[in-house]
Amino acid sequence: MPTYRPGPVSLVIAALVALFLLMPLLAVIPVSLTPSRMLAMPSGELSLRHYRALIEDPRWIDSILLSIRIGVVSSAFSTVLALCFSLGVWMFQPRFTAALVGFVLLPMVVPPVVSAITLYFLLTSMSGVSSFFGYDTWLGVAMAHSVMTVPFATVLILVSLSQLDRRIDLAARGLGATVWERATRIIMPNIKFGIVTAALLSFVLSWEEIGVTLFITSVNAITLPRLMWMGLRDNIDPAIAALSVILIIITVLVLALRSFVVRMRGAG
Amino acid sequence: MRAYLSDRMGAALLMAPLLLFLVLAYAWPFLGVVKWSFTLPTPGLGQYNALLTDDLVQSVFIRTLRIAAIVTVVSVAAAYAITVVWVRGTPAQRLVAEFCILVPFWISVLTRAFGWVALLSNRGLINTWLQAIGFISEPLALVRNEFGVIVGMTHFLIPFAVFPLASAMRSLDDRVLLAARGLGSSRMRTFWSVFVPMTRSGIIGSAMIVFVFSLGFFVTPAILGGGRSVMIAELIYLRIFQSPDWGLGAAISVVLVLFVGALMAILFRYVRPKQLI
Repeated sequence: MPTYRPGPVSLVIAALVALFLLMPLLAVIPVSLTPSRMLAMPSGELSLRHYRALIEDPRWIDSILLSIRIGVVSSAFSTVLALCFSLGVWMFQPRFTAALVGFVLLPMVVPPVVSAITLYFLLTSMSGVSSFFGYDTWLGVAMAHSVMTVPFATVLILVSLSQLDRRIDLAARGLGATVWERATRIIMPNIKFGIVTAALLSFVLSWEEIGVTLFITSVNAITLPRLMWMGLRDNIDPAIAALSVILIIITVLVLALRSFVVRMRGAG
Repeated sequence: MRAYLSDRMGAALLMAPLLLFLVLAYAWPFLGVVKWSFTLPTPGLGQYNALLTDDLVQSVFIRTLRIAAIVTVVSVAAAYAITVVWVRGTPAQRLVAEFCILVPFWISVLTRAFGWVALLSNRGLINTWLQAIGFISEPLALVRNEFGVIVGMTHFLIPFAVFPLASAMRSLDDRVLLAARGLGSSRMRTFWSVFVPMTRSGIIGSAMIVFVFSLGFFVTPAILGGGRSVMIAELIYLRIFQSPDWGLGAAISVVLVLFVGALMAILFRYVRPKQLI
């Protein structure tokens, strides 16, 4: 435990930074309750009309459902690919491992706008081949999101594999287990927390993805962030404030739940 | 020998799907973008020549570097202050600091940019309040300019700057600080001459991460800059979608990748990747 605590000056500066970090998240609450049709502070009267608009306007519902569908498909796809790849790396430790892992992590380190133009090139080229996979289709978006999320899934699974004791795998191997049995009955049960985390993170990253999505969609595949973007660019729709409040509340609840689970695991 | 061969086969079979997917869906189209930069609208080095001579492109490059530099200094300093409390505070202080770091971290960039619009715009919280108390008569221009972009980007990047700093502060040996205090150094002096220098690798790592991230930033400048404070990523977007000039957009992308790659190469000479997590 640190014996050297921050002094009063550090605490005051840190409190200012904390305030700065929370301020924009708190600011959306009053805006979401305005009775006005435009972005404004409520003066006196409060209204829930913008929350009602989220339920009644089919555009919001449609884009939420689309974002969930794309998130589930791309998260499943990238988690499976990342899991197979990481198992290969961990079980066989092939030559050039560092170079191969580095290649897989590229979409995470390349500036997102460059990944966006790259995926725009990919999907516009594929539009000529098939109308299911190309530009502005939901499968195309799911594929592009998989490219962007797979490095994060790989990192998480590799980290949880690195904490696994190699001897249990060696024992299974010595007792005659096949590669398939070692992977599915010995290794995967031991890293299931890492696999679930990888799938959840991939889903969240796809759910919020906007930089790449802007480049590869126009009128058909309108995900939730894409719809928010449209509402932010033209004249600002206060329904975005209502939606933001809901997303912030969900985030806080999930984080609280996570820290609770982590604490329980730590205790048990 | 057979076991050796089947091991190699197993590794290849397990690793192939992801590698194949990324070669086809990422490496190949990236080469396509590189090809665009040399062939559109006419084959040759015309687009790269334009990068060096076009005044608009030059001013956007300079603005991007300037904003990235300011954002880096402010974010790392702010992150340092809150990380000290997160790593070394009392349990209650640590919990509050962790909440303030992780909640914004997990909230989408759009929501956060929108929060700043709600605060800073002409009819936003700050202007409404300042006018209500009679401090100002006309709303201040806090958004749709470089100020708004810097505020929004700093807010987005502070949590990213925290992690390398936290890792450096956690690995610091407490006894060094106790020794400094025991030898009669003041709290201030211990902080500036012992604590800060000993977390240097974290400072370098977090500054590099923030700088590299801000070079390719798109969403926050586009929303908070309101089209007036265009940064390099938005320029690429405009060249692809508004004034179709794919060749120039592609050439800027190639230059951006090379620049970021060079920065990363320098970074990894000073800091090992593991220290950044």
